[in-house]
Parts: sequence; C-alpha cells; structure tokens
Amino acid sequence: MSPVIFEVVTPERKILREEVENVIAPGTEGYLGVLPGHTPLLTTLKPGVVSYRRVGGETEKLACSGGFMEAGPGRVVILGDTAEPAPEIDIERARRARQRAEQRLRERPPGLDVARAEAALLRSLARLKAAGAD
Amino acid sequence: MPNIRDIKRRIQAIGNIQHVTRAMEMVAASKLRRVQSQLWAARPYAYKIAEVVGRLAQAPQVRKIPLVAPREVKRVGYVLFTGDRGLAGAYNTNLISLAADRLNTEERPVALIAVGGKGARYFMKRPVELLKYYESLTDEPDLFQARELARQLMGYYLDRSLDEINLIYPRFHSALRHDNEVVRFLPLVTPTLRPAEAIDYIYEPEPKSMLEIILPRYCEMRVFQALLEAKASEHGARMVAMESATSNADEVIDQLTLSFNKARQAAITKEIVEIATSAEALKARS
Repeated sequence: MSPVIFEVVTPERKILREEVENVIAPGTEGYLGVLPGHTPLLTTLKPGVVSYRRVGGETEKLACSGGFMEAGPGRVVILGDTAEPAPEIDIERARRARQRAEQRLRERPPGLDVARAEAALLRSLARLKAAGAD
Repeated sequence: MPNIRDIKRRIQAIGNIQHVTRAMEMVAASKLRRVQSQLWAARPYAYKIAEVVGRLAQAPQVRKIPLVAPREVKRVGYVLFTGDRGLAGAYNTNLISLAADRLNTEERPVALIAVGGKGARYFMKRPVELLKYYESLTDEPDLFQARELARQLMGYYLDRSLDEINLIYPRFHSALRHDNEVVRFLPLVTPTLRPAEAIDYIYEPEPKSMLEIILPRYCEMRVFQALLEAKASEHGARMVAMESATSNADEVIDQLTLSFNKARQAAITKEIVEIATSAEALKARS
C-alpha cells in the first residue's frame, strides 16, 4: 500500500513531516485510525496521544493538546494547539502540572475555572502517556 | 578659522554616536532574524487553517455564526500596530499617517485600538476615541500575547461595542520592504477556495460546531501573524535606519577630519611664517 504523508503543524512551528503507514489520533468523538486511502475527513481533536508508524519502522508517539485533523487519501495533517514528540516531553514538568490540576479540582477554591483546570489535567495526562511515564 | 580643539571634540562625539547606531543596527538585525524565523515557522499552520476555514465556510449554516455574520455597522474599529520606540526611520510615521487618513475619510463612527506606544501617544492627543491601547509588547511576540489581544478584539465584536474591526499593519517582505495595509478582521471574510480544493468531506462533528471551535483559533492566528509581521518590519526598518545613520556618521567624520587637517596645516604655516618673519627682523637689526 502506498504510504501516507503525515504532517503535524502548530502555530509556533512545524513539528514533523513523514511518510507513515498509519496514524491513530484522539478525535473528540473517540480515537480514530487513519490508513492510506482514507476518505476526506475533517475532525476536531481532544488532548491525547497521537501515534503513527513510520514506513517500515517503529511506532512513534506524540502528545497533542487538542486541535484539528484533516485526513485525505494520501495525506494527513494535524493542526495542533501544541504538539510534542515523546522524546521532547519534560516528564517532571508534566507530573507537576498533573498534581497541580488534580489538587485544584479536589479543593475547588472559589473562582476556579473548572473547564480550564480540567483541560490542564487532560493535557498533562496526554504528555505523561505519550512519554510512557503514567 | 574653526578652532582645532573644537573640531577634534566633534569628531569624537560623532564617533560615539556611531558606536551607538552601529550597536542598534546589530541588535535590530538579530531581533529581525529571530522574528523572521517565527514568521516562517507560523506560515504552514496559517495557510492550512485558512484552507480548512475556507472549506468549512462552504456550508450554508455558517452565515449564522456571529464571528462571520455581517450586521449593520454602528461603529467601526481600527487596530493600529506600531512600535513602542522610534529610531526606525519612517516606520511609525507612515503607519500613523495611514491610520489618520483612514479615520478622516471614514464616515461611520470610529474607535481606535492602538497596539504599540507610538500610535497610542499620537492619537491620545487627538479627538479620536481610543478604546484601548497596549504598550511595551515584547520585541519577539508570542502566541500568548496574540491570544489575549485576539480575545479582546473578539469580545468587542461579540458584545457589539464594535460592528466591524480592521487591522492596520505592515506586511513584511524583507528588511528593506514592507507595505502598510488595512485588512478587514471581523466579521471574518472567509478565504475562497480554488475549485480543486472544494472536495466533499466527512465532518466530525458537523461543520457548524466545528467552526465554532476553529474560528477563534483562526482569529488568534490572524492576530499573531499581524504582530509578527509588524515586529519584523519594525526591526527591519530600524536596522536600515541605523545602517544609514552609521554611514552618514562616517561621512561627517571624513569631512570634519578634512577641515581638522586643513586647520592644523594652516596653524603650522602660520607659525612658520611667524618664525621666518621674526628671523628676518632680527637679521635686519643686527
């Protein structure tokens, strides 16, 4: 099967562009996998782990904190708010972020932006999971 | 006859100024390089998101989304991007005069939002409603700042204090060239597609709720780009201005050195003449 070109871009930089055999991404309505020859699809992503397999290579992971994915027959593009390949993730920082978010959600201080704290928790969990440290 | 010591002092003073202009030129050049790479890095995302928005906007329900739906304009907002500091050639002046022109010819009620101290200070003293102003944004803008600003602008539009918002900023081409432009920001003009791009897509969730998520991001990106282009142009303009200041200083130093040498030569000649005449006088007496 002919490979798919997989691109991940964020407002700050282009994260990667590679030929891959498949992509699995956290769509808002559940994880979904994309293989070569996919019907044109546009979906929103929630914070989570994106994994993909390089042509004839290993499965790689990256943490993505939400965004969009556009899939076509020969090309998959993720427009992420932020995205980090697993080796670049700062595990310590993600752990601290998780603790902070969990504490906030437990204690519920007045004026807490619950949606924001939950989003922060999901982001840190995605990072830890992508880095294999959860 | 100019005093030799005065000329010498001026040459030194200009030499000091030249040190400063040269340093500023180099600082501007390195900042320009950084902002420029941010600008290039942001482009793939910007193109892609514009394409996606354009595709989604084909759906008929889109007209109902507040950020896109045009309405009767009671007040127009202009957002003017300038620098905080001068010494950048005509950079700030050109932007301010473009803005002043637009505000003068605009027949509907207007309000101004100034991003950057120069523009803010100019319009503060004039009979224009200055809705808000921002000063001392960093020289290397980040996404966080752009988000704040974009949210503020979307807020003005959504709470109906402004019914149309335009951005005035320079489009960056190179260190030597930027074009000042007035660009409509809200209501959003959705990008048009080439026919080849208008394929049928599966949307998950359906286009309207997707657009509600994607449009704020698109707005943030537009503001981020405007900030980056403005900063890149400013650093470019400052670099060019300081480069020419440095070479002008060279020229002035050359001229002053010439008159310094002339004055020195004249003084020496005068002394020789004096010695020669007094020697003649002594000889004549003996």
